[in-house]
Amino acid sequence: MTSGQRATADGRALRLSVLALVLAGLVLPILAGLWETAAVAFGHLPAIGVHGPSLAAFHELIALPGFARSLMLTVWSGLASTLLALMLAFVTLASLHDRAALIWARRMITPILAAPHAALALGLAFLLAPSGWIARALSPWATGWVAPPDLATVNDPLALALILGLTMKELPFFLLVGLVALTQIPAAHLIAQGRSMGYGWGQVWFWLIAPQLYRLIRLPVYVVLAFALSNVDMALILGPTNPPTLAAAANRWLFSADTRFLLPGAAAALTLAVIAAGAIGLCIAAERATALIGLFLLRRGHRGPQGGTAGAIGMLSAALLVGLALLALAGLGLWSVTWRWTFPAALPESWSLHQWMTQNAGWHDALATTLLIGTAATLISLTLAILWLEAEDRGHFTRARWAEALIYLPLLIPQIAFLYGLNVTLLRAGFMPGLGPVIWAHVLFTFPYVMIALSDPWRALDPRLACTAAALGASPNRVLAAIKLPCMLAPILTAAAIGFAVSVAQYVPTLFIGAGRITTLTTEAVTLASGADRRIAGTYGILQAVLPLLAYATALCLPPLLFRNRLGMIGGAR
Amino acid sequence: MKLPLILSLLASVATPAFADDWESVLAAAKGQTVYFNAWGGDERTNSFIAWADQELSARYGVHVEQVKLSDTAEAITRVVSEKAAGQTDEGSVDLIWINGANFLSMKKDGLLFGPFVADLPNAKYLDLTPGSAASLDFTIPTDGYESPWRLAKFVMTHDSVKVTEPPRSMPALLDWSKANPGRFTHPNPANFIGATFLKQALIELAPDARVLQSEPDDETYASATTPLWAWYDALRPTLWRNGESFPENESVQQQMLNDGEVDFTMAFDPAAAAAAVEKGLLPETVRSYGFEGGSIGNVSFVAIPFNAAHKEGAMVLANFLLEPATQAKAQDITVMGSYSVLDPTTLSDDHKAAFAALPTSDALPTTESLGATLVEPHPVWMTRLAEDWAKRYTK
Repeated sequence: MTSGQRATADGRALRLSVLALVLAGLVLPILAGLWETAAVAFGHLPAIGVHGPSLAAFHELIALPGFARSLMLTVWSGLASTLLALMLAFVTLASLHDRAALIWARRMITPILAAPHAALALGLAFLLAPSGWIARALSPWATGWVAPPDLATVNDPLALALILGLTMKELPFFLLVGLVALTQIPAAHLIAQGRSMGYGWGQVWFWLIAPQLYRLIRLPVYVVLAFALSNVDMALILGPTNPPTLAAAANRWLFSADTRFLLPGAAAALTLAVIAAGAIGLCIAAERATALIGLFLLRRGHRGPQGGTAGAIGMLSAALLVGLALLALAGLGLWSVTWRWTFPAALPESWSLHQWMTQNAGWHDALATTLLIGTAATLISLTLAILWLEAEDRGHFTRARWAEALIYLPLLIPQIAFLYGLNVTLLRAGFMPGLGPVIWAHVLFTFPYVMIALSDPWRALDPRLACTAAALGASPNRVLAAIKLPCMLAPILTAAAIGFAVSVAQYVPTLFIGAGRITTLTTEAVTLASGADRRIAGTYGILQAVLPLLAYATALCLPPLLFRNRLGMIGGAR
Repeated sequence: MKLPLILSLLASVATPAFADDWESVLAAAKGQTVYFNAWGGDERTNSFIAWADQELSARYGVHVEQVKLSDTAEAITRVVSEKAAGQTDEGSVDLIWINGANFLSMKKDGLLFGPFVADLPNAKYLDLTPGSAASLDFTIPTDGYESPWRLAKFVMTHDSVKVTEPPRSMPALLDWSKANPGRFTHPNPANFIGATFLKQALIELAPDARVLQSEPDDETYASATTPLWAWYDALRPTLWRNGESFPENESVQQQMLNDGEVDFTMAFDPAAAAAAVEKGLLPETVRSYGFEGGSIGNVSFVAIPFNAAHKEGAMVLANFLLEPATQAKAQDITVMGSYSVLDPTTLSDDHKAAFAALPTSDALPTTESLGATLVEPHPVWMTRLAEDWAKRYTK
């Protein structure tokens, strides 16, 4: 056997074991959870004395007050927020591409990327409320309001506040994946070519770059869509209440005192999975239709409008959203050091550090648990991802589409649809709810992100380095340890920071798999959002937002520190 | 009355064996961690439970861990799914703060451990005669399956600067809300306090409130609720956000009062407003009061699920909650401000002095403004009211 063949065999064995691990640890449990949820949805729950299969649960679900409207709100808020965020991201990329402002913009969006949904929602709720920060800043001198007006600016029946919150959170995500994807498109070349043919700058983007860019970020778009349709924490804080979105309603029913609601709750959770699949299908259909119509128009010689005004409006809206999000986070920080702050004072009337200084304050434990879960989930995900990528290297595999789909699977199925069933499955298998299962449940979601973040930089690593090392007699393991890992340090740390941020943000997995026993900053923040004390909610919210940000900062600062005497390594580190 | 005499005789006869039993409970409880599933929306209660943990750890080596629920139902779902999974002796829920419909549902489904209350040494401070407040939960006999720990009474809270003469009856409330549209609301009736507000109105408006003490049939339900819905149909359009959305719970509404979005909040705790002022969560000018015709009052309980892993520890905690010193601390408005569930006639002079020495506050209602205590209707009334409300007013 030549060494090359051995390496391939090694790679195959490694890949098989990683694949087996991912299948057994990630994919099967998700399917089992989905199966269990479906069983309950189809009326099979012996514990409360019902045996299926039957459609009774679905009939009950449809008969529940507000179901039709919940469904409508879900579809509306999910589609509208995803589309809006995507459009704004494209316009922003088009406007800022190759400009100095881009670096500045990237810095601005980092805190929003890092902040969990719940923190952003908490901050936004305070910003927008009729008695919120904006109203306080403008009252009474500009508005004449002595008391807050009776306006539905949050929890509004049309879910506009929820759409705003979701858009605000997803826009930076699209910007980031868009920026990464842009490096794979010869954008400058295309622009030059398009312009030489007399197309305006906006037209070049619309006809030439956007279609290629979209192809590259399709999966993230589906992930965002599935998430927006099924998210619970933002819907609880910002969404309509009477009735709420279907995900929030399903969450309520699955946790209802009355066990009769379990069946329609599971049916609602399963419905969400169907809606998500349908919406992704709709997306694919819309992609095809857009492509056809676009081609048709192009062939007829249509160039479309220059899009200068639309671009300006889009840019302005995106900037406004980012500004609002940063203000929302600032509001949380302010509340955490407030004693009293009443309407219409623009700033707190009295300050206090009691949230931070109190001995045995609840956030100490929540912070420690969050750190522990986040670190463990990140390390596990990172190890798995590196093993997977190394197996691809050694076996000279390119990633098949099914493998890519496998990685994305946990992100494409609504969490609530399989986590309820997964909890039952786990209990039946004898796993007590606790830290271990929760860490593992977080890995379901951190692994895909770590994998996605690490794949491209890993493949971009100059293969000659490994070749040279191998030629000098280094074993594959030594090449990994001595060459690849140090060279990949910066992207590995970035992937770790992303994984950590994803873990910190997890609400539904912590709640369902932890059986409520595991208290993280996020579960506390969502609980406190429906409490009376905005000061303590602000404390949890700001901690929740700062923690991932610190992880990002570490990822950014560590490589230059470690490699301070090796300039080449820092240059290689993006 | 000879009954007390007989009871005390019985007690003295039973004491030795009883003490042994309790010793063995204490021994078994040592080293256990009790997962106390209690609503976590109230920081004062959370701190109180944290204090109980310190006390019990030091005294008996029993560690108390609060599982902070946003809804008590979460704990029940967990017990149900554990039962579904065949988990019958290592359950994750050891003790639940429970009440009314939740208790009825768990008791009916055989999800509770007990009866255990009579085994608690401190049960001697309770009035457990049939029909007493501590032995009835929403008209359902507790049968020793849950142990009382705090007394609640429904009160309204307003800012005395903004509303000088608050309405003290339901018709008066309607008039006030018509005159001040958008300034009154109540928590969503899916929430306990929201449903209690409806029940309070039901008791006041029902032609014959006595029917509320038994389970409603379609006929009694219809006749008792017709005036309620007529009143509510008139009230709803005058509410905050035109009565189309509602605060999720009373904590949210308390924050709305603090923000000035509405002029009233309500609570099942006469000291809630005073404690909120203490913590800087409400202006010092708020006042609490009850309704002219009396306000609903009830006792909150703790219960142990059938599959609790740490039943002994849970009993030690339930017993600790009934200690006169614990109850006096709980009643302190700077601590938790919830009224004692103990029978005052059983207390020693020292115990009584501890209660008398508690601090007071302007925001605490006076006994006369608090009014009489009305008993809770049968729990099915609440379930039906909440369901009916959802059907009527959810689009």
